[in-house]
Amino acid sequence: MTQRAETLRAAAARLVHVFRTTTFKLTLVYLAVFAVAVLFLLAYFAWNTNRLITEQIQETVDAEITGLTDQYRLSGIRRLVLVIQGRAQRPGSNLYLVTTFTGEALAGNVGSLSPGVLDRRGWVETAYRRLDEGEGAEHRALARVEQLPGGFRLLVGRDLDEREHLLDIVFSALRWLIGLLVVLGLAGGLFVTRRVLRRVDAMTGTTQTIMAGDLGGRLPIAGTGDEIDRLAGNLNTMLERIEVLMRGLKEVSDNIAHDLKTPLTRLRNRAEEALRSAKNEADYREALEATIDESDGLIRTFNALLMIARAESGQGREDMADVDAAEIVRGVADLYEPVADDRGLGIAIDAPTPVTVRGNRELISQALANLVDNAIKYADPGPPAVNGAPAPIEITVRGEGDRILLAVADHGPGIPPADRGRVVGRFVRLERSRSQPGSGLGLSLASAVAHLHGGELRLEDNKPGLRAVIELPRVGATSPPTP
Amino acid sequence: MRLLIVEDDRDAADYLVKAFREVGHVADRAADGEEGLGLALEGQYDVLIVDRMLPKLDGLSLIGQLRAEGVETPVLILSALGQVDDRVKGLRAGGDDYLPKPYSFAELAARIEVLSRRRGGRNEETVYRVGDLELDRLSHRVSRGDDEIVLQPREFRLLEYLMKHAGQVVTRTMLLENVWDYHFDPQTNVIDVHMSRLRSKIDKGYARPLLHTVRGAGYVIRDAKS
Repeated sequence: MTQRAETLRAAAARLVHVFRTTTFKLTLVYLAVFAVAVLFLLAYFAWNTNRLITEQIQETVDAEITGLTDQYRLSGIRRLVLVIQGRAQRPGSNLYLVTTFTGEALAGNVGSLSPGVLDRRGWVETAYRRLDEGEGAEHRALARVEQLPGGFRLLVGRDLDEREHLLDIVFSALRWLIGLLVVLGLAGGLFVTRRVLRRVDAMTGTTQTIMAGDLGGRLPIAGTGDEIDRLAGNLNTMLERIEVLMRGLKEVSDNIAHDLKTPLTRLRNRAEEALRSAKNEADYREALEATIDESDGLIRTFNALLMIARAESGQGREDMADVDAAEIVRGVADLYEPVADDRGLGIAIDAPTPVTVRGNRELISQALANLVDNAIKYADPGPPAVNGAPAPIEITVRGEGDRILLAVADHGPGIPPADRGRVVGRFVRLERSRSQPGSGLGLSLASAVAHLHGGELRLEDNKPGLRAVIELPRVGATSPPTP
Repeated sequence: MRLLIVEDDRDAADYLVKAFREVGHVADRAADGEEGLGLALEGQYDVLIVDRMLPKLDGLSLIGQLRAEGVETPVLILSALGQVDDRVKGLRAGGDDYLPKPYSFAELAARIEVLSRRRGGRNEETVYRVGDLELDRLSHRVSRGDDEIVLQPREFRLLEYLMKHAGQVVTRTMLLENVWDYHFDPQTNVIDVHMSRLRSKIDKGYARPLLHTVRGAGYVIRDAKS
């Protein structure tokens, strides 16, 4: 018993759920609109039919009265009475009556009329009883009363049953139609609503599992290509992006935890070591200085991480202005030229004409500086190269279609194709590079800056060496930031 | 020098007061924005050091009100917000310099020194002289004693900045900001290489070096005798 009540309650709840949906409300609105339309259509039909019938009655009655009046004029009352008697005996719905001026019936098929009808002239709607019918039979008729010269009155009319019958048909049709409409409308509404509801519920279910933490969930797509499919498709793309971002975030925080723990451990060990074994002030001083150096390195890493995070989240776009990429290249090259020179590497710039990009000068400079810094570090020839002087580092700026390419090329060992996608990640340092100082954030930052500007960082083979290209959209060529 | 430190972190403020006292300055401390504004309005300070995030009245508003009152004391903004746009905001609000936390005391002290002398400045001078080194800002000529020294444009700007602040310690970051207009950290010791090149041009072969490295801080150009 309780189980049944339970099921009933559940069913009621589901129904209430259906009633609350937009689809169902829309169905109701359509239903109402449709009902009004049907009502209007039938009313128009009924009114016009009514008018048509009335006009027809009036025309025939008018014609008969004219005819009968002529008869009376030509041949007098006797003739008229005869004619009326003849006509009154024909079957049909015609009414005839001729009376004297006192209202005494001379001929016709009318038994009784509403009182006072005969005193008026012209058209009148009246209740009547036929002569051959008993008391109590009541019909309605449309009749015309005419005063004949000599005080006689002539009434010719037509029964209205036909008209009323027609109206009855229309009204009953209306009742049926409205009933059918409501039933079909509700059923259709329920059907459509349940269909939509099932799909929306499926989506809701998926979003709930996603909210519960399973980012791998995707919304079902029915394959009908309708608006719900489109919505689901878009949401899925969004989920894809969120998942990538979340995975990135997780990776980053894992990496940060790991890569910051290493220097922190070093820092701590050094301090501990100094406490344990320092003999004199000089030892302490040395340990403290090393500690400060180490923490400066940590701060630098933090700053780089913050900067990457900000660039990736799109901050800094508001500070963009039109800047000359060639000028940026010259500035960075100027800053690094002595360092490169010290390592026996020349920097060659190929930036002949001003190239305007919309961006943040500081950020693009830093991205480029990171690339140049890398080139200097890894292009280091080490032992004298076979063919003598080491190849220089080349920095070029050039436009290509709607893109501006800032490229830093070296002739060092390069990056194997398999690793090129990976090195852009935070803290990723290839085995070979671990001997060099660095945080593993340089390329990440360059890539984040390129993305911020709606471009990208590409790593290519310089045969031999690495060619790192920051690709930026040319001013005027609008391009949305690539995800 | 009289300094006002507006900083709500007691430890950080105490550290600064103590450190400045050690290098011979007097420093007062205000723990929130309102107190800071009051002190800055009535006291005669050479430089104000203002934290950006303060209780009651934030740092940038404090500077805004101070400037509105016509007080032109140089202000250095200290902030944990260290990105380029934060810095631009700070300077636009009326700050004279911006130093992101965490900072080294040497950096802060060097910047305070430069700020305090900005008023008197050597901006109007067309020829800077340190010992027998001469730099003509108009003709872009540099000479030491009777020798003409040929410098690249970038080296000239470096030397110009150093000589403008002769006798004051100039940090690597200050050089990067003022000579190259970069506010990022170039990782490698690029500035040191630039300085060693400049040094080889102006000091090499002369009995008395003028360009000195200050350990843990930066560089200073001065005539040791004067």
